Parts: sequence; structure tokens; C-alpha cells
Amino acid sequence: MIGLIRAYHFCAAHRLHVAEFSDAKNQALFGKCNNPHGHGHNYRLEIVVRGNLDQTTGRVVDLAALDAIVNERIVSYLDHRYINEDIAEFKTRIATTEVLGEVIRERLLAVWPAAFPKLQDIRIQETKRNQFVIPSSD
Amino acid sequence: MFITRRAEFSASHICRNQALSDEQNLALYGPAANAKGHGHNFVLEVTLAGTPDPVTGMVYDLKDLKDIMNEEVVDPMDHRHLNFEVPPFDKVIPTTENIAIEIWRRLEPRFANGPGKLKSVKLFETDDLSVEYRGGE
Repeated sequence: MIGLIRAYHFCAAHRLHVAEFSDAKNQALFGKCNNPHGHGHNYRLEIVVRGNLDQTTGRVVDLAALDAIVNERIVSYLDHRYINEDIAEFKTRIATTEVLGEVIRERLLAVWPAAFPKLQDIRIQETKRNQFVIPSSD
Repeated sequence: MFITRRAEFSASHICRNQALSDEQNLALYGPAANAKGHGHNFVLEVTLAGTPDPVTGMVYDLKDLKDIMNEEVVDPMDHRHLNFEVPPFDKVIPTTENIAIEIWRRLEPRFANGPGKLKSVKLFETDDLSVEYRGGE
């Protein structure tokens, strides 16, 4: 088995806010991440796959095919967007990067080709100090 | 001698000229014109020029430089939507170029009396894209 990590980037804005909570409670919970107009990040997304080498090609995955899926389903969907307001999944969900990872997982698994190696983890770096790791299944 | 200090802030912005149509804005700025905005981890590099003090060996006290960068830039801009929350970007389009000029405008008076003079403001929007402003035209 071989693991492969492919990195992607997108720039987006988000705001951490729970609609059921008061403004004061949101501010206490999320601090500056709750500021009313949102703020942004350069997100770095890492897709981790794991599988057997294809004996014909010597590769674990066709990178062009992986790029096509991730770019169409994730990068072009999220890049230069305000996650809370522009992205359908977040009409009812909190735009933390943990939840963003779950949404990315759902969107990838919905179209993941049977011939592909297993999707092992999704890692999202929100800043250089924060990285979230979402396994392919809970 | 030049000394450079780096700081980071996360903010959102919209690059959009209100005098132009949606189509013209999209043609000019691409997805950066999206109405709700998007964001970055901006990285700021501030460079001072000076001569090391003969007593301290320092061009400028780096802790003081850090405090000034925090007061003038990081505290007011971090986790903010620049267009809506940080003047003059309610009127000035917050392209990375204009943000760098505004940062220069805020910092320059703080170093007017030395010992270090503001030499350059470099602002990275992403790892691959930065602008540098040294004052003047």
C-alpha cells in the first residue's frame, strides 16, 4: 500500500456563528471569529489517498483524474466565496473548518470513482497554525 | 542596513468598483469581485532602514516594531471584512495594492523621527502573489 498526499488551495471567507445563540454568547464562544462581516483565509487542502500500486503505470492514482475531481467539486466550488452565504451546505450548518472538512468529504465521496484508491483523510489548513484532519469515515 | 519584521492577519475583501456594472467588474477582477467577498491570510513584511545604535547594536527595537505593526495594522484588520469594517476601504477598493498603500500611510508617521525609517511595505495576498510599496508614486 502506498499513500499519496496532493495539495490544493482556495481563498474564502467565513464566520463562526450559531443562529440559536445570542450575540453575546456567540462572541464569548468564538471571539473575533464571530465578527459580523466574516473574515478570510488562504485554505490549504490536502487529499490523502491510500492504495495499491497500479502495476502497469507504477502509480497509486491518476493525478490528473484526481485533480479534475477535486478542482470541480471543491476548489472551484469554494474559491473566492463567502462560505456562510454562497455555499448551499452552510445554509444550515456552522462554517467551522471542521464542518467544512465534512462537507468536502461528502462532496468527494459522492463522486469518488470505484477504481480510485481509498480516500484516507482530508486535511485542511486554515492558517499555518491550524490544521484539521477529517478521516474518510467516522 | 535594513531590518524586516513579518506579521499575519486574516481578513476578507471584495475587489469591486461600484461605478461599474457586474459584467465589467467580473471582467476586471474575476471571482475577486464576488458580491459577498472572500478572504486571505495576508502576510505583511515591514522593512526599516537605519544604522545599528552604537550602544544597543540595534537598528530599531524589534518589540516596539511589533507593537506598532499590531496597533496600526493587525489589531484593526485581523478577522475583519475590509470593505465593511476598515476605513478607507468603504470608499477605496481594497486591492492588495491599495491595502499596502494604506498600511504605509498608517505606519510612516510612526517612524518619522527615527531611529529607523520606513523603507518598504510588502504585502502577500497568497504565497505566490505580493505587492511592495516604498512610498511616493
